[in-house]
Amino acid sequence: MVRVLLNVPRQVRRNEPFDVKLLISHPMESGQRRDAVGLAIPRDIINLLVVTYGNEEVLRMDLFPAIAANPFLAFSMTAVASGTLSITFTDDHGVTQSETATVEVV
Amino acid sequence: MVGGAKTMSVTRRSVVAGGLALPFAARAAGSPRVVVIGGGFGGASAARALGRYAPGVDVTLVEANATFTACPFSNHVIAGLRDIAAQRFGYKSVGTKVVHAEATGVDATARRVTLNNGTVLAYDRLILSPGIDIAWDKLPGYDEAASERMPHAWKAGAQTLLLRKQLAAMKDGGTVVMSVPANPYRCPPGPYERASLIAWYLKTHKPRSKLLVLDAKDAFSKQKLFQAGWAKLYPGILKWVSASDGGTVTRVDPATLTFATDFGSHKADVANVIPPQKAGRIAAVAGVADKTGWCPIDPVTFESRLVPGVHVIGDAAIAGAMPKSAFAANAQAKVCALAIARLLEGGTPDDPRLINTCYSLLAPHYGISVAGIYRPAKGLLTDIPDAGGTSPLDAPDSFRAQEAANADAWFRTITHEAFG
Repeated sequence: MVRVLLNVPRQVRRNEPFDVKLLISHPMESGQRRDAVGLAIPRDIINLLVVTYGNEEVLRMDLFPAIAANPFLAFSMTAVASGTLSITFTDDHGVTQSETATVEVV
Repeated sequence: MVGGAKTMSVTRRSVVAGGLALPFAARAAGSPRVVVIGGGFGGASAARALGRYAPGVDVTLVEANATFTACPFSNHVIAGLRDIAAQRFGYKSVGTKVVHAEATGVDATARRVTLNNGTVLAYDRLILSPGIDIAWDKLPGYDEAASERMPHAWKAGAQTLLLRKQLAAMKDGGTVVMSVPANPYRCPPGPYERASLIAWYLKTHKPRSKLLVLDAKDAFSKQKLFQAGWAKLYPGILKWVSASDGGTVTRVDPATLTFATDFGSHKADVANVIPPQKAGRIAAVAGVADKTGWCPIDPVTFESRLVPGVHVIGDAAIAGAMPKSAFAANAQAKVCALAIARLLEGGTPDDPRLINTCYSLLAPHYGISVAGIYRPAKGLLTDIPDAGGTSPLDAPDSFRAQEAANADAWFRTITHEAFG
């Protein structure tokens, strides 16, 4: 488990864009670096991030080694009904982690 | 105190002794003129160094204020450990002409500086040492009016005293919140020394209070030494929030003394905003600042990459690995002065070595330091590996006390170097 900060408004207006902000504490080790004795440091990045709202996928993102450590991601979306926003990401070890937030449409 | 120049010997061109009178007066032909703008550690040191290395050169120091208030040790003032009078220095001993006016224009083609009192100063070489200005447009909610409620205290003087007054007036049990900007900014370890000394003040005088430090960075100068000291001295008082923990402040509200991040907000009883910065105003006027707000320079002569004949030293310069510090400004001033002395006599400047040392106090009698040695490489000032270093992580109290005493000695030396 890595530390995740997720900022989603609790209440939004129907069809009005709102911002989702996400900060994942992850080293995003590129696989290009070598350690003190010259051995390659294995790649260890989050390579996939999927956002769903209700049962609908709203964002799918492939991540690459050029993305810096502790990635900060922000995007805008709209909602037509109250629901649960779920963010799921997968790292190079195949470990998957999810964070959720409920959004009320008023 | 080593400025870093390899040799101090200069073959001096003989010059006409006349013509060194009033700034309004025409000078005698053949006497090279250097104008230095900004009377901080960089500018005052440069003026004095030119007097030593190039005694035939007509040097004029332009500084708006009659008195300089030093930033190093001003965190001690905030914590009530020092009187601000100990931070003030005059220009009587600089040894060159000093004009107390504000430079308002630079004509780099005609090589002339205009001052706000109407004076026009001609120069062969111009040194700008303007220090920093607050980048008021960079942090939403933070403007000059806001700084009266949420002081930055990042230029020593009235702001320093305002923050001290606010701390003194705060009730025990209050929360102090400090925000730290992303690099680059004046004095990289400065926010953490300030955090330490505010925590000392709270622990000593208001022990139920807390200090929250919101940082736009994940790593900082002397981090291990600071964090070890904080764990020992200020557990439960000082909390540091890194950028990856959501520490980056994106907006402030002076009406409610609130700091907003992308992931929450923090209300303060005393709010210290260390805001984003840029080179002092005259740098942009002279055209030597680039789109970053800072000034690219040649690392051998400190001549601007953008405007020939104009040299930039101190905090305003992009000095590569060299930090923005009083020590660095003093070292750069001496290298720049010697390079200008060489250039004015038609010679070639030496390949310099420059030293910086930064002391930080975590509490009275608890000092730590970092030192670096720098040389020009690939057009930048680069750190010479393993030439510098930091204080040991494990050291007895007597060692920390000795470093605190060394810091005192350093302050006396550097201010004497700069202001006589």
